[in-house]
Amino acid sequence: MTDTPADRIARATPPAVARRIRGLSDRAIAWIFVAPTIFLLLAVNIFPLIWTVRLSFTNFQANRPNREVEWVGLRNYERILTDDGIWANMQATAHFLVWTIVLQVILGFALAWAINRKFRGNDLLTTLIVLPMMLSPAVVGNFWTFLYQPQIGLFNYAVSFVSGVPPSSFEMLGSVRLAPWAIIIVDTWMWTPFVMLICLAGLRSIPEYIYEAAEIDRASKWRQFWTITVPMVLPFLMLAVLFRGIENFKMFDLVVQLTGGGPGSVTELASINLKREAFEKWRTGYSSAYAIILFVTVFGLASIYVKALNKVKER
Amino acid sequence: MKRTSLAASAAIALAWSAGAAQSETLTLCWAAWDPANALVELSKDFEAKSGHTMRFEFIPWPNFADRMLNELNSGGKLCDLLIGDSQWIGGGAENGHYVKLNDFFDSEGISMDDFAPATVYAYSTWPKGEPNYYALPAMGDANGWFYRKDWFSRPDIQAAFKEKTGRDLAEPKTQKELLEIAQFFQGREIDGQTVYGASIFTERGSEGITMGATGALYAWGFKYENTPGQYDMEGAVNSPEAVEGLEFYKELYKTATPPGYTNAYMEQSLDAFKSGQVAMAMNWFAFFPGLYADPTVGGDKIDFFVNPAQNIAASTLGGQGISVVSYSEKKDAALEYIKWFADPEVQKRWWSMGGYSCHKAVLEDPNFVNTAPFAADFLEAMAGVQDFWQEPAYASLLLAMQERLHDYIVADKGTAQEALDGLIADWTEVFEDEGKL
Repeated sequence: MTDTPADRIARATPPAVARRIRGLSDRAIAWIFVAPTIFLLLAVNIFPLIWTVRLSFTNFQANRPNREVEWVGLRNYERILTDDGIWANMQATAHFLVWTIVLQVILGFALAWAINRKFRGNDLLTTLIVLPMMLSPAVVGNFWTFLYQPQIGLFNYAVSFVSGVPPSSFEMLGSVRLAPWAIIIVDTWMWTPFVMLICLAGLRSIPEYIYEAAEIDRASKWRQFWTITVPMVLPFLMLAVLFRGIENFKMFDLVVQLTGGGPGSVTELASINLKREAFEKWRTGYSSAYAIILFVTVFGLASIYVKALNKVKER
Repeated sequence: MKRTSLAASAAIALAWSAGAAQSETLTLCWAAWDPANALVELSKDFEAKSGHTMRFEFIPWPNFADRMLNELNSGGKLCDLLIGDSQWIGGGAENGHYVKLNDFFDSEGISMDDFAPATVYAYSTWPKGEPNYYALPAMGDANGWFYRKDWFSRPDIQAAFKEKTGRDLAEPKTQKELLEIAQFFQGREIDGQTVYGASIFTERGSEGITMGATGALYAWGFKYENTPGQYDMEGAVNSPEAVEGLEFYKELYKTATPPGYTNAYMEQSLDAFKSGQVAMAMNWFAFFPGLYADPTVGGDKIDFFVNPAQNIAASTLGGQGISVVSYSEKKDAALEYIKWFADPEVQKRWWSMGGYSCHKAVLEDPNFVNTAPFAADFLEAMAGVQDFWQEPAYASLLLAMQERLHDYIVADKGTAQEALDGLIADWTEVFEDEGKL
């Protein structure tokens, strides 16, 4: 019979310290310690989730406690999935999500690449770049509302200076075409530093000797970038994409402050629409179904993504 | 021994409760705006007379409905008295948030006949027009207009207007005249500054664009139902007149408002006017005393007019009634406040301090029209006010209209006919869910 490491560890482990303390077994003591966490988890996460699923099949309205609650089956789900408005909200969310991630990854990586080189004032520059993400989204929203103001906003003047078009001839927040981009610009301004910091951590984790070996092998800088830098930073980048993806899927405050979902409904993201249904219209059953659909969507996408991330990390 | 201690405890409890009844701290909830400040001053008289202390919880307008409706829906005890929007009355009554005041009115001799009928109907009754009272009319209000009287009276501007339109520049009497004047001022240079026609409501998040656009819709003849109480909206909500009214509002927005006014409500309208950007502006009468007192654009530089008629004379209703919150533990003291507030003398002081009294003792005073430069317009407006649905599901109804109107007016989506047809579809779904269709 072979002696496995587990057997050796088992032999070396002293007998259970509290095999019997006041009549409690190890298992009972373990349960006593774990139970509050499990209880909290059930109370805060699992029970509300089950309750939401149940509500999603009813016409319950939280502001109408006296009203009889009816079981409506799949009607809420059917209404949501056949509602053009909700599909438009989902499309707006996807547009926002894709473009913010693409821009933030490109700019964040480029900034990290630039900052990673040693030069005077490097630390000060890093601090300045990181400042926007330390601000409250409400403050940022307000601040950019003024910047985008067609009559007095600096943004319009800056664009005017570069392009020659009159500042008051275009409205970033009031135009159906430009409003989604106005939000993407602000989110990118605010959160690119976050992606930059993660990329910087990735870049600084690459051992210098790998580059030295590549230099000895006469690999070009371009080749070093694609065969060393990118693969080694990729897991960090993918992590940044995961964080930003989850954050931006539930984006609320910044958009509310900037456009309130308008003009019309072009910037009404799913989270804003859900809040309106749940806490302004008080359609609790309907919004529960909506929340479940969003939850399944995010959970599904995140699971696929995490699997891909793990594969990249294993390489 | 036991009996003695029980009796003693009861006596102490009675004495305590009697003492408490004499000096409660009452919390009155309302929106944060000029009339609320006036009410703080006015209420000092109540504190002196009753011995109660008044606390005030004033919420900024953009958050007022969210904050207060959450408070009511959760059975919160923050507010003993609430000055709530007219649209809330149905929900307040049906969901048991407001105390029904009929018995109290009867016992205290407070008659609803002493208040302007339009305000009693809008702010107090549920179901509409039935003698079931859930609020005392507290703050009469309607959407009105004000303009730069100093610009209108300048000879060079008058001449330019006459040359362009062939008529004299004066307060508009119709919606179309209003548009013509606003377009005349749009982009005009006055004293070296580019000015614009009018600031109007276009806000999307709460109720702004609905409150603004209905000013035009009502004037054209828009109705919510063909038969009151029947929810038969086809042909009323999307009548040819309603379509024309909505197209008009879009044209007003597109051709006669300052750039960037895509999400403007009360504050933005006031800012645009006070900063000298616009010749005319719409807003609630509640702001008019403050505007008249403004050192830059008030006094002899400003004048006011009622929402112009088109096919009919009509204005969008604002204003609120004061209710006792049913979750309050100080209902008796709160009712004392209502009784004090209903007093005609208090109502007169309320008007003189900037609050819009709905009491006939104030409104029917022969001298009332001379008490302020906007008093006559206020009376005229209140005679023709129309209000949004006051159903318990008003929030769903309102947000649907907000979305449809903003989509059409600001975001150029579809036609006016499609917007109003879509609105009927949205409202039908809400009323079906409510079991009313």
